[in-house]
Amino acid sequence: MSAARRNPLNSAAAHAALLAYVAIALFPVFVIVINSFKDRRSIFREPLALPDAESFSLIGYQTVLKQGDFFLYFQNSFIVTVASLFFILLFGAMAAFALAEYRFRGNMLMGLYLALGIMIPIRIGTVAILEMMVATNLVNTLWALILVYTAQGLPLAVFILSEFMRQVSDDLKNAGRIDGLSEYTIFLRLVLPLVRPALATVAVFNMIPIWNDLWFPLILAPAEETKTLTLGSQVFIGQFVTDWNAVLSALSMAILPVMGLYVIFSRQLIRGITSGAVK
Amino acid sequence: MSGVQLQNITKTYGNVQVIHGIDLSISDGEFCVFVGPSGCGKSTLMRMVAGLEKTTGGSINIGGREVTRLDPSQRGVAMVFQTYALYPHMTVAENMGFGLKMNGMPKAEVAEKVNEAARILQLEPLLDRKPKALSGGQRQRVAIGRTIVRGPEVFLFDEPLSNLDAELRVDMRVEIAKLHKQIGATMIYVTHDQVEAMTLADKIVVLRAGRVEQVGAPMDLYNDPDNRFVAGFIGSPAMNFLKGQVEDGGLAISALDSAPATDLRLPADGTGVEFGLRPEHMRVDPAGRGFRLDLVEKLGGVSYAYLEARTGERLVVAESGESDLVDDMEVGLSFDPAQAFLFDAQTGKRIR
Repeated sequence: MSAARRNPLNSAAAHAALLAYVAIALFPVFVIVINSFKDRRSIFREPLALPDAESFSLIGYQTVLKQGDFFLYFQNSFIVTVASLFFILLFGAMAAFALAEYRFRGNMLMGLYLALGIMIPIRIGTVAILEMMVATNLVNTLWALILVYTAQGLPLAVFILSEFMRQVSDDLKNAGRIDGLSEYTIFLRLVLPLVRPALATVAVFNMIPIWNDLWFPLILAPAEETKTLTLGSQVFIGQFVTDWNAVLSALSMAILPVMGLYVIFSRQLIRGITSGAVK
Repeated sequence: MSGVQLQNITKTYGNVQVIHGIDLSISDGEFCVFVGPSGCGKSTLMRMVAGLEKTTGGSINIGGREVTRLDPSQRGVAMVFQTYALYPHMTVAENMGFGLKMNGMPKAEVAEKVNEAARILQLEPLLDRKPKALSGGQRQRVAIGRTIVRGPEVFLFDEPLSNLDAELRVDMRVEIAKLHKQIGATMIYVTHDQVEAMTLADKIVVLRAGRVEQVGAPMDLYNDPDNRFVAGFIGSPAMNFLKGQVEDGGLAISALDSAPATDLRLPADGTGVEFGLRPEHMRVDPAGRGFRLDLVEKLGGVSYAYLEARTGERLVVAESGESDLVDDMEVGLSFDPAQAFLFDAQTGKRIR
């Protein structure tokens, strides 16, 4: 570490800036969580006050849990998010490996074509997607969402992962080939473990938008048994009356699973394991 | 029998031909070193033997089998890479056994082979470590261990020592030589360091620009080089060359006062020649004239004197023992003309 980095003044300044950022970023979350534990009157009278003995109330959580399907919504969101991430990582990594590893005609063009998806929002094609889903009888199934989210996540995944895979030493892959490993084994057992930080990055990038998405669940899978959490929470928001206790409680609970996933992935992010591979 | 035969091997990338029809025969148990300046195609040639580069033309035989179009794993070769290419997420033992395990060998047998290799290379205390917890020399040994467990017909080494520091390089050189004695397998070794080539090889292949310049035992190349390139490449410090030409049936070397006597069959008058003298075959003559002593490097056992001739040509003379020469003296040069080499200045061919 350099001398400048160790300077306590610089260090303090850096920490102050980071803490300020954390405070700003966490403030809305904080407000949601504290208000979810208050009764309706207190929410509006003193939105920033912590719940005390007088204002404390679990009415929001009770409403949400009484709304029997809430666990189903949770489950749906979880299945859709995890399955989409799995397919994004699997197919993204496979395409990236092919682009990074094999020289074939049109390699560059294929890479560009796949990267184009980053620039074109998938929602532009909503009508066509809906027509396709109707034609294939996938409307109101979780598969509809999983397929769309996989398509939405793949371009960025291929782009990021192919860059990382190019950095995996050729000698390493050739050593595998001489050891008699198949290309699949090289991909699964040598290259994937080495790009694990990149896989985690892609997973984190894709996870939050999928979990929070309202658009596609509303259009492709609005049926009661396929509602996701975000869509399910909308029942508490009416045109004229909004049950704020319930909304805030639902949102507070929705944070938990995605935070758990993030913790799992971010551990991989931090772990740099390529050191010692070569030289 | 596990010799290697190359027949008229060629390699082209697009329109560029990098290997020009190489014929080579390496016999069973031989230690063969490919040596040459960078970009001469020595690594490409080895990778073609390994099967990592496609062979454009010609055929490769290993142990009497034609392997030109086979996958690397089917050729019975194992390779040590310059960067070691250890699998960073596996322990030393896993690194060595991974190939065997993935090819369906029973666990007990893999463990046995790994332990045997670890014993040969003294890696036993390190078997549970990850590569990043090893020193350069240890990583190198693991990479060699990974090749030993496969029991290949031919070992390939691609500049294995160039990432090590000087001291370790000498140690590993000795270890590789010992290993060859112990295992007795055919080995092909690529290096740009002629010292490694001279010390390790049974047979040296000197390459330049995708062509074989000369093949032979180290001392044959040193004592009897075919051309100026090999003469200049083998030997350290490199051979000195003085320009001259054939005049009146004798030699005229402009840097030398008197024409060196020679009993070679000289080409026609007026042919440009280069007169080659090894630094260790010359003596500085403090009483003589004709050369300015630029610098003396005293290494203890040997001293290198850097001379500049009147023609501006520079020479290195290796004097054994301590030297009492001082910089900027005017000195002469003495040598035995029988130890000199003569080359055609145009073609670089040796004049014998």
